[in-house]
Amino acid sequence: MTVSPATDAFLELRDLRIHFPTDDGLVKSVDGLSYRLDRGKTLGIVGESGSGKSVTSLGVLGLHNRRNAQVSGEIWLDGLELVSAPEDVVRGLRGKKMAMIFQDPLSAMHPYYTIGNQIIEAYRIHNKVSKSVARKHAIDMLGRVGIPQPDRRVDDYPHEFSGGMRQRAMIAMALSCDPELLIADEPTTALDVTVQAQILDLMRDLQREFDSALIIITHDLGVVAELSDDILVMYGGKCIEYGSTDDIFYNPEHPYTWGLLGSMPRLDREPTDRLQPIKGTPPSLINVPPGCAFSPRCPYGSRTGGLSTGEVPELTESRGGHKVRCHMPPAERRSIWESDVKPMLETT
Amino acid sequence: MVTYIIRRLIAAILMLLIVSMVTFAIFFLVPRLAGATPEGMASRYVGRTASEETAKLAAERLGFNDPVIVQYGNYVKGIVFGAEYDYGPGVETCPAPCLGYSFITRQPVWPDLLDRMPVTFSLAVGAAVIWVLVGVGIGVVSALKRGSLFDRAAMTVALAGVSLPIFFTGLISLVALSYGNPFSIFAQGGHYTPITENPIMWAYNLILPWVTLAFLFAAGYARLTRAGMLDTMNEDYIRTARAKGLAERVVVTKHGLRGALTPIITIFGLDFGLLIGGAVLTESTYSLQGLGKYAVDAITNNDLPKVMGVTLLTAVFVIVANLIVDLLYAVVDPRVRLS
Amino acid sequence: MKRKPTLAAVALGAVITLGLSACGGGGGGGTTSGGGDNQGAAAKGEFNAALTKVFNPSTKKGGTLKFANPGEWDSLDPADTYYAYTWNFIRLYGRALVMFKSAPGPDGNTVVPDLAESLGKPSKDFKTWTYTLRKGLKYEDGSPITAKDVKYAVSRTVDRETFPNGPTYMGDMLNWPKDYKGPYKSKGANIDSAIETPDDHTIVFKLKQPYSGFDYLAQMPGTMPVPEGKDTGTKYQEHVISSGPYMFEKNEIGKGFSMVRNPNWDAATDPNRPALPDRIEVQLKVNADDMDNRLLSGDIHVDVTGNGVSSAAQGRVLSDPNLKAGTDNAVMQRLWYTSVSPTVKPLDNIDCRKAVLYATDRAGYQSAYGGEFTGGEIATGLLPPTVPGFERFDLYPAGPDNTGDLNKAKEHLTKCGQPNGFETNIAYRAERPKEKQTAEALQQALGRVGIKLTLKPYPQGDYFSLYAGKPSYVVENKLGLSVNGWGSDYPDGYGFLQQIVDSRVIRPGGGSSNVSVRIPDVDKMIDQSLTEPDAEKLKPLWAQIDKRVMEEAVILPGVWAKALLIRGKGLTNVYVSDSQQMYDYVGLGVQQ
Repeated sequence: MTVSPATDAFLELRDLRIHFPTDDGLVKSVDGLSYRLDRGKTLGIVGESGSGKSVTSLGVLGLHNRRNAQVSGEIWLDGLELVSAPEDVVRGLRGKKMAMIFQDPLSAMHPYYTIGNQIIEAYRIHNKVSKSVARKHAIDMLGRVGIPQPDRRVDDYPHEFSGGMRQRAMIAMALSCDPELLIADEPTTALDVTVQAQILDLMRDLQREFDSALIIITHDLGVVAELSDDILVMYGGKCIEYGSTDDIFYNPEHPYTWGLLGSMPRLDREPTDRLQPIKGTPPSLINVPPGCAFSPRCPYGSRTGGLSTGEVPELTESRGGHKVRCHMPPAERRSIWESDVKPMLETT
Repeated sequence: MVTYIIRRLIAAILMLLIVSMVTFAIFFLVPRLAGATPEGMASRYVGRTASEETAKLAAERLGFNDPVIVQYGNYVKGIVFGAEYDYGPGVETCPAPCLGYSFITRQPVWPDLLDRMPVTFSLAVGAAVIWVLVGVGIGVVSALKRGSLFDRAAMTVALAGVSLPIFFTGLISLVALSYGNPFSIFAQGGHYTPITENPIMWAYNLILPWVTLAFLFAAGYARLTRAGMLDTMNEDYIRTARAKGLAERVVVTKHGLRGALTPIITIFGLDFGLLIGGAVLTESTYSLQGLGKYAVDAITNNDLPKVMGVTLLTAVFVIVANLIVDLLYAVVDPRVRLS
Repeated sequence: MKRKPTLAAVALGAVITLGLSACGGGGGGGTTSGGGDNQGAAAKGEFNAALTKVFNPSTKKGGTLKFANPGEWDSLDPADTYYAYTWNFIRLYGRALVMFKSAPGPDGNTVVPDLAESLGKPSKDFKTWTYTLRKGLKYEDGSPITAKDVKYAVSRTVDRETFPNGPTYMGDMLNWPKDYKGPYKSKGANIDSAIETPDDHTIVFKLKQPYSGFDYLAQMPGTMPVPEGKDTGTKYQEHVISSGPYMFEKNEIGKGFSMVRNPNWDAATDPNRPALPDRIEVQLKVNADDMDNRLLSGDIHVDVTGNGVSSAAQGRVLSDPNLKAGTDNAVMQRLWYTSVSPTVKPLDNIDCRKAVLYATDRAGYQSAYGGEFTGGEIATGLLPPTVPGFERFDLYPAGPDNTGDLNKAKEHLTKCGQPNGFETNIAYRAERPKEKQTAEALQQALGRVGIKLTLKPYPQGDYFSLYAGKPSYVVENKLGLSVNGWGSDYPDGYGFLQQIVDSRVIRPGGGSSNVSVRIPDVDKMIDQSLTEPDAEKLKPLWAQIDKRVMEEAVILPGVWAKALLIRGKGLTNVYVSDSQQMYDYVGLGVQQ
């Protein structure tokens, strides 16, 4: 990803850093992240909790309190740099140009206001229309996200909706102003499997309909497999692998990505003891280990002659847009994948 | 909803019965159990050199010779059906709710209570307006500017406000702002004008008591609001509201405050209910003839029917306030279902 | 009606002083004014200026005189009131047959005619007293005041069920028909055996026993006339029909009341009342802690109870010359004392009792009541100095520093066979901190000679009826000492002494203030006094009774009470009379 003064991309992050000073030390939640995303495209950001994926997205929307978060780097959205933009400008874009679907719609929606009210409110911030017009729009949106009898449900409170319906309502709210960038943070985590599929289908359909850029944040590779054009794997506040969905699934090069694939439950695979969770725990973001952040958990760390624990690896392009942050030489990574990891994952 | 209210009302009446029984027992049964004779109990309501004969007469007049249960029965009967009263040359009817006659001033209690209510009510309402506006306002700002100089200063003052007794702050304010030159700008103690007579004088005379009383409560409410706001502003739905592009002011008032308001409403209901039952210290300090002062004097004089009357009235206020709080709850928080 | 110490009392010392200083800063207690001819303005205030002479004398009429009361009246009805201050105040709206002269100091102890043309004329045996009413007396509504109205008024006082608060003298001493219960319950009964009214201007009282001091009883509110047609029993206090210079305008029982001039009061028939203010306002239940400030600012003029400043505030008041100049240290006819019960062993032995008196720390007793100014003077006998007949004597000298004579005490302990001391109990009223302090001071003082006291607090409501005043209880519970106090109803030896030294007031059922005095000589002397018409001749008798009681060592005198009164800003014609022992309310006026 080259640095250039302007960008032709719809969304581009350049060396984004989001740090939180705390009493225990500086928490480097996002530490030098860059990526780009075009209209109509979908990016999946994958990582464990605490890897910085949600913090990144909140950063894009400018939702961090500037008093307790240190944000640096650049965020370009449709030609406008957001990090240095006045708060008011960013607020004007929120909801209108970029919108977010949150993880747990029960807590993310205000319990004291009706679904309709919350959508109406979102719509009327950016559209100077009467309440009744906004209400019609809200009913319309609820219908489009597949809520039956939207004209009646519009007056229900969030707690009167089922989990899936609530997520649909959340999506309706996010889409109410036709945002060009939509960020969905674990949109299906709280839902059961069948509903998950419905919601994912809905999001894909809507994205096509609105031609928006979509970022899906998840810890579950399965969710992004079908939806994403590209996938960004985050670990310890950094991007450790980036590539097309095909690349990530069929030619992953980072041991952490292998681990993620290994821990992915798949319907086409018997649950066996070969399902391999990644050992150990995600790194502390305060005392980041020297060298590669993944090295303490990496089964191949010993192959780099101490480099892994001594030096932070660079994100380097291995082939056609596929980037990996690993000290192992590309050839060695590929051979491990082909000979060691892939056969194990494909065993049925 | 209607059944709910009816059920609550029945519970309220039972509650009042219990309160009245307990109060009655404290003042009428316990002394008897402790060995006081009817004459002995009556002797404190007659002159200082009264003969045994007088004490006996008084005991008879006050009904102390009856078993306590009968006395209680008569008391309740008086509340429900009214009572009759011998004033010397004739007999007078005390219509329901007859809360009895003062042992000391020989006046029916109920008209006294009605007479004192507007004072206490004026005091409570005015103070409540001030303390809710100021307390909640300061709490919100403190929460938003957590850790700032304003926050620390406000919370220190609030701590002082909660800790300082009214008879202290009240007298200080009187001395500083009513008597002392050159700041004698507020009314001195003991002045009250009904709002119906002259609203401006009404407010002028009550400003110091309002502020003093409000100071005490505002302090508590500021702390409560601050804590509530700190919690609420961390809620996911606040983030959602911001993500919609709402102005911060709207996020705070419409989304944050609304969420933090529930515990405040609860406390407010109780506080206000108790307060209209008598703001004892404030009324005493400023010599305002409200229910609180009435209660204190009744207790000092051992004037039991007055004590009973104020207690019951306060209980009614608290119960009603609670009921209103519960109903308000359902309005504020749609998740609360009344059934 | 003692002012009760409050929680805030101590904190308030400072607060009050703050306020006082702010007001006193003007100098001279702020009694400066333009000065009219008779305004008596610009009088320089000084300490005790109103004690023996008139401070700021004035004859100028007008203005509003404002009273405040931290509590409330027992009743405004003349038949139903028994506080010293109510008897002082009631003379503004009621006229009795005779009254105490409204004059400063001892002069105020004289009884002068009021409704009557002259003092009572006794029969030779002092059992019949006749009064003749002045002509032209009218009530506030213009109707004439007759002797029948006085008769009716006195008959009302007999009804103890309707009027339980008033004094019982008339009911006890007049020759009422058997089982007479007052005009409501004994309707139409002929009471000529007690009171006769041969015509509209003559009233004759008939006593069961001779009593030479009947004028003292006739000055009490009980003889203030009540028109029968306007009598409403317990509700009469809501609107007492005025016979004095002021009548009720608005009366809210328990809150306050206001009075205006009575248009039908004729100064020509009333030589005793200057009636200076045009209007009188009274606020009840005023915060006692705030009252002193309001007095000094002129927002109110008089603390009607006459209790004076609290002991918490006195130190600051007395240490500021400006403030002190605006006060008067009035002597009250009240004795704080401790009864020593000869019915409790070993106090049945007179030497044990004397040991108690010798061992007492009188200075400690005085400071328990607040010291010299708000507490009072150390008492060495019963009679307070302002009661006629007072003689100063001290049978049990307590040493130069008044802390007791321990050698004498030990000497008497040996004589009584308890050389190492003994144990007994001391009772006091739990609600009264000063009595508790007294008990503690005695406990400490007597402990020095081995007399061990155990403190026994009792509720004040039942103190005399159930505990310290009940002879059997005293014996069973060994209440050797009980803290006590007594104020007289009128400044007279009989009025002061009879209730506390006459053994016949002690009843088995309890309830009397006399707890310990059972001396046959004394009873005899009391009876003797009843038929002696010459007050001068009675004076030595009172002193004799006083000494006799002290000889028996059955009463341990504590202090003769005093009050530190604040002269409200703007008052004129101010003086303390010995009969009222506070500012005389009949004389007061206000600056305009």
